[in-house]
Amino acid sequence: MIMGRKNSVGKTISEKILGLHSGIDASAGGIVVAEIDHMMAQDGTAPIAIRSFEGMGGEKLKHPEMVSFCIDHNAPSPSWSVSQLHSLMRDFARKYGVELNDVGEGVCHQVMLERGHVVPGSLVVGADSHTCTYGALNAFATGVGSKDLAAAMLSGSLWFRVPETMKVKARGKLGKGVFAKDIALMMVGGITADGATYRALEIGGDAIRDLELDGRLTISNMAVEMGAKVGLMEVDEKVTEFLMGRTNAKIAPVTADADATYVEELEFDVGKLVPQVAKPHRVDSICAVEEVSGTLVAEGLIGTCTNGRLSDLRAAAEVLKGKKVAAGVRLIVAPASREVMLAALKEGLITVFIEAGGSVMCPGCASCVGTHQGVPGDGENVISTANRNFKGRMGNPEAFIYLASPATVAASCIEGRIADPRRYLS
Amino acid sequence: MKGKAHRFGDDINTDYIIAGRYKFKTLDMDELACHVMEDLDPDFCNRLVEGDFVVAGRNFGCGSSREQAPIALKHAGVAAVFADSFARIYFRNSINSGLPAIVCDTSSIEDGDLLEVDLEAGVARNVSKGQEIEYAPLPKVMLEILNEGGLVEYMKNHRGFALEEKG
Repeated sequence: MIMGRKNSVGKTISEKILGLHSGIDASAGGIVVAEIDHMMAQDGTAPIAIRSFEGMGGEKLKHPEMVSFCIDHNAPSPSWSVSQLHSLMRDFARKYGVELNDVGEGVCHQVMLERGHVVPGSLVVGADSHTCTYGALNAFATGVGSKDLAAAMLSGSLWFRVPETMKVKARGKLGKGVFAKDIALMMVGGITADGATYRALEIGGDAIRDLELDGRLTISNMAVEMGAKVGLMEVDEKVTEFLMGRTNAKIAPVTADADATYVEELEFDVGKLVPQVAKPHRVDSICAVEEVSGTLVAEGLIGTCTNGRLSDLRAAAEVLKGKKVAAGVRLIVAPASREVMLAALKEGLITVFIEAGGSVMCPGCASCVGTHQGVPGDGENVISTANRNFKGRMGNPEAFIYLASPATVAASCIEGRIADPRRYLS
Repeated sequence: MKGKAHRFGDDINTDYIIAGRYKFKTLDMDELACHVMEDLDPDFCNRLVEGDFVVAGRNFGCGSSREQAPIALKHAGVAAVFADSFARIYFRNSINSGLPAIVCDTSSIEDGDLLEVDLEAGVARNVSKGQEIEYAPLPKVMLEILNEGGLVEYMKNHRGFALEEKG
């Protein structure tokens, strides 16, 4: 039943999770059929998954309780045609008993975590490439296309190639004004956009342990920006605390064996790291903020599955408190979920954004993916906390997208130019 | 299959293959097909002849999991994509959509070269250059999915995945 390396002793986290879910001794390079614990699709991918499910002759879902749909990429719908697709999702969800997280619930990945659908050691697939975010919770979670998702909804399982694993360590203490996003950008710059293709990442080290869960999610989120299948981390009390009250599942963390095989081991020293920026139009075109500081910006986006969580909004609000966004700059803030937005409201963060001159959006993907809520104009520069800056990504191929941390985006919006956030933080 | 090569570079992401501003709007794949590669090469769709090939460098299809990318290429008339490497989600989506994804050294293939491929026999040729193109065979499960016309047909026939003992 398995192809590939034989007689290996030590196992990586990926080999263990895929082994447990396929009932066989899984080794890198082999192909397994594994049972899925949870599956997700969003409004950009669910409609094709639904049509494919029907095309496969599907009449019922193997485990409807393990399927979640989220409406977040166009939320609320900006057009008639998108509304038709949303209706298709709602009708399917009602008919088959699938959980539907409708407009206003938030970005699919944050919603999946908050609902307790992702636990350590679980196997999760999502029809969205940033499903790899859940690796920060020690889940083997990976993005798939719509037809794979349809096959999983129908049969409860999918085939996987067991990935080789690359070990990535971050060590050192982050300085003031430097955040998890800066670590993520540094890693993408070092590993490059395809440096981890077909591979799993195991990300650890004291710098990762020091981060709050929100920051770890930011880093795992960007694993796919290096080509990786998943960005796995280990479980600690920050993870178990987050899960408390969200799930009744037994928490069974998975760690790698000391003699597990890695194809590559990398170490990043974050002690001297400065705020990082990804320049247009490549995610791995990374530089220190200094190199691009002074570049005029017309729009700032704070939010998305990368940086729309509470600690992100706190960091941005700390910079923006009592300040105003520069004339001619649009600051768009989209909390990652309803839960995040409510917490931000209670802490007064939303007031800070609005008083600073920002626009606060409905929880969801906002302008990240070019469908609505802030499509930039020709020749305009955008600085965003998202994970992709491809040409045309935000809906206009004539715009230029820079990626940075929430604090850097906030500082840049105050100055109207790309700016180092450190001077705004005590 | 025999057709002309349309040459692209490295890291052609799925936003370039089909932009988000189009893909969220519709399930009409022929409409999407008109916009394929538009942000990189607005004239691509007009030059493409049914049965032609896209030839790219490393990491073709990186980025979003949108399956509209291979489907739009297929509906636009692309018969197969040759690349030095593919991003993994795209690679699965391409095979699942019945669009062959061929991993090979593309460095000697130029824009406009006439290429020929016989997937059954596992051979490909650059007719213009008179060169054989060696390519990596697909894993068995992907070959079966491709041979049956894609994952929808495969699941209709099998209702699930069964791997046979091998090697």
